[in-house]
This record gives sequence, C-alpha cells and structure tokens, in this order.
Amino acid sequence: MPHSRMFRKKHYVALGVVTLVAVLVLNLPAPAASHLKTGISALFLPLFGLAGNVQQLPGSAIDDLTPRSELVKQLNALRQQNQELLVRQQQSDSLQEENNQLRAQLGWQRQQKWKLKLANVVLRDPANWWKTVQIDAGTRDGVHEGCPVLTSGGLVGRVSSAGLVRSQVVLLGDPNCKVSALVEDPQRDVGVLSASGPLNNSLAELTYLSGNANLKSGQPVVSSGLGGVFPEGIAIGQVVDSWQVDDGLYTQARVKLSANLGALNQVWVVLQ
Amino acid sequence: MNIFNSILILAAAFLAVFIEAAFSLPHRLLGAQIDVLPVLMIYAALNTDILTVSLLAVFGGLWFDSLSENPLGISILPLFAVGFPTWWLRDLLLRELSFAQFVLGAGASAVAPALAVLLLLTGGYEPLIGWGSLWQLVVMTAGGALATPIIFGFFDWCNHALGYQPIKETSFRPDREILRDKRSK
Repeated sequence: MPHSRMFRKKHYVALGVVTLVAVLVLNLPAPAASHLKTGISALFLPLFGLAGNVQQLPGSAIDDLTPRSELVKQLNALRQQNQELLVRQQQSDSLQEENNQLRAQLGWQRQQKWKLKLANVVLRDPANWWKTVQIDAGTRDGVHEGCPVLTSGGLVGRVSSAGLVRSQVVLLGDPNCKVSALVEDPQRDVGVLSASGPLNNSLAELTYLSGNANLKSGQPVVSSGLGGVFPEGIAIGQVVDSWQVDDGLYTQARVKLSANLGALNQVWVVLQ
Repeated sequence: MNIFNSILILAAAFLAVFIEAAFSLPHRLLGAQIDVLPVLMIYAALNTDILTVSLLAVFGGLWFDSLSENPLGISILPLFAVGFPTWWLRDLLLRELSFAQFVLGAGASAVAPALAVLLLLTGGYEPLIGWGSLWQLVVMTAGGALATPIIFGFFDWCNHALGYQPIKETSFRPDREILRDKRSK
C-alpha cells in the first residue's frame, strides 16, 4: 500500500518534519517568537541556582580562610569610604538642586535621577558570533527593553529583551548595540560606537566622526545622549587611535572600553 | 537502540547547552566557546534511530537559541544537516575507531556553526564575524574533535552500566541433554 510504504521510509518523513518545524519557528511573528524563547529558556531556571552556588564556592572558601584581622581592616576601610561617599552625595545633591533651579529658569526639562537595579550576570551567549549576557533581573524588577546597563567602570550595553525574572543584555561591540558617543575634545565630535572584532572584548570602533576630527590617544569617550536610549555622559572608554575613511569623508577610531566586558559579574540596570 | 539511550542523549544536550552558557572559561582562555551539540548529534546518528536524531536537532537547536541572541529555530537545520547524512551513511562509517570518531567530531563541529552563520547572513542578520572567526572555528573544530571520543566512551559506559543488557543465550538445550540411567551410574 502506498501509504504504508511512505511511512516505512521514516527518514523522508523525519527530514520533512524537522524542516517544517524549523521553517515554522523561524517565521513566527516577533512577539510570539520572543514569548516562546522566554518560555523555553525558563526550562533552565532550576539550573541557575545550581550554577550560582558552584560559582560562589571558591569565593566562600576564600571568605572562610580570610583572617579576622584582615576582615576588620577591610571593614574600617569601607566605613571610611562610605563616609566620604556620603559627603560627596550631599555635595552632588546640592549641585543637582542648583542645576534644577537653573534649568527651571531657562525653561529646560528637569533632569531625572537614575533609578538603578543591581543584577547578577548568570549566563553568557553560547554562540560565538554574538556578545550578550543574561542577568537575573526582569520585568518584575522594573527592567524593560532598552534599559541601559553599566558598571562602576562605565557603559556595558542595553537590555535587548526582558522576561519576568531574567533579561538579555546586548553588550558594547555587538552588531546590535550601537551607541551615539561623544569624544570629549574641544570640538566635541560625535560618532557611532559599533561592532568590534569577534575576539576582542576590550575594544570597539567609533565610526562616522566628522572628517576633520582631530582625535588624540587617551581622549575620553562618553555617551552623547542622542537617540534617547542611553543617558548623556556615561563613560564608555578612551580613544586608542584614529584614521580617515573613504578619502577623508569621515573619521574612524578605536576605543578601549572602560568596563571589563570579559569578566562581568554584577551590573547596574538604569531603570530611568 | 533503546529508549534509555535517547533520553540520555536529550538530557545531555540540555545540560550541555546550559554548561556552555554558564561556564565561559574556554571563551576567556581561547576566545571561543566549544559547542558539544554537533558531537552529540554524531553520537546519536551513529547509535540511535532517525527519531532521536530529529528530536535532538529540534530540541537541541531550540534550547541553544533560547539562551542566545540567535533567532529562535536557526540552529535546528545546521544540527540536522550534520545528523541526517551521518545517520544515512552510518553503516559505512567505522564508528568503533577513536580516530574515526575524532574526524567525524571535527567535521561536525566545523560544519554546524558555519551553516548557522550562513543561515543568519542569508536571513539578513548581522552576526559578529571577522578574521577572528577563523580562529574561533579552529578552536570549535579542535574542541569538538577532542570531545567526541570522550563522549562516545561516556555514553558507552552509561549504556553498559545503566542500560538494559540482553541475556546471553547459552548453547545448553534441555532436549539434547543426555540422560543416564541407573546402570550407567
């Protein structure tokens, strides 16, 4: 019977079914694909705690071996640092107040203070052709798509998708994370920070700077605030070198990133 | 083939995807993460049926993409493209030899990511590729090749230790037993 003969050739059926499933999943509408992706990745939730505990084992072992005198010394140093930071915050608050008054007099929009959420980096992209990480904060914590992510060192990237308890962060140097950046030189040249090489986590390329930009090595690069995703003035890195592109049509530069993207453990999400 | 083997392979694929995402030591040391899914696909293609190969391609691909920036489903076809021809030609391949496993693992570990990147480029995505990608491919190929005999050995050991072992038939047949009478005793 032809019907049974077809099913006897199971490999043709398997080939057809697998291809059909792949094509169907790839052609799902974006919201449905995003929900499905979040649902499938939620299967890994029980393993997150296990991985976290395994990664904390060396740290807790070192804590157990640290002598009490060393801990007391560190505690005193942290107390002193805390006092200094409190004084600086008072100064910063008064400057902020003054800034708000001046902005009000000029009719400018009042600057909002950042609302920050600390998150742990739990996973790294298993594919070698993307630079993303997953953090343990999601929509439940106020995180949403597009939130900037930074460390005390500088800008790290932005949230590309947010689940209930986890979010994916696309890092600087990934093709999907382009940042409008400003070089703090007298001309205040603005360019676009874009993808770097697949192997280098510490460098990114700053493109579309004006053709007559006169960049010098070591000049600081910060976010320009253009585009509305990243607030103005977040440290990105420093210029390493620059060169003219397309017969002087524009200038391109390499930027050494301030944040160490290769060893991210904790990040701050700017909730705004 | 038994169902225990298929379940073991799928469970190993699930764990492998998680470990690749959770532990980035190879990425820090060598600049590339080693992918074990193509190696598991080779094992599945040589030792199980087409159903397990298909399930591994679909679920392994979906699990991998769910933790990655890859569009969901892009890794299914590259995995199946590795598994299907291997399953088709399984009777011609010397699966018992470590060297053959090494070569098959190297080939699968090189072909699967290359096909995935090709699909991404065809779909209009912009993966991060450059000259450094060649080094990454070398690391993935070498890592996959070295992992293949180890994974084959591990699964063979698991099957032997935990799986159902058929009872060996003896040459004894009761109807051919020579019965001696009292006089001969």
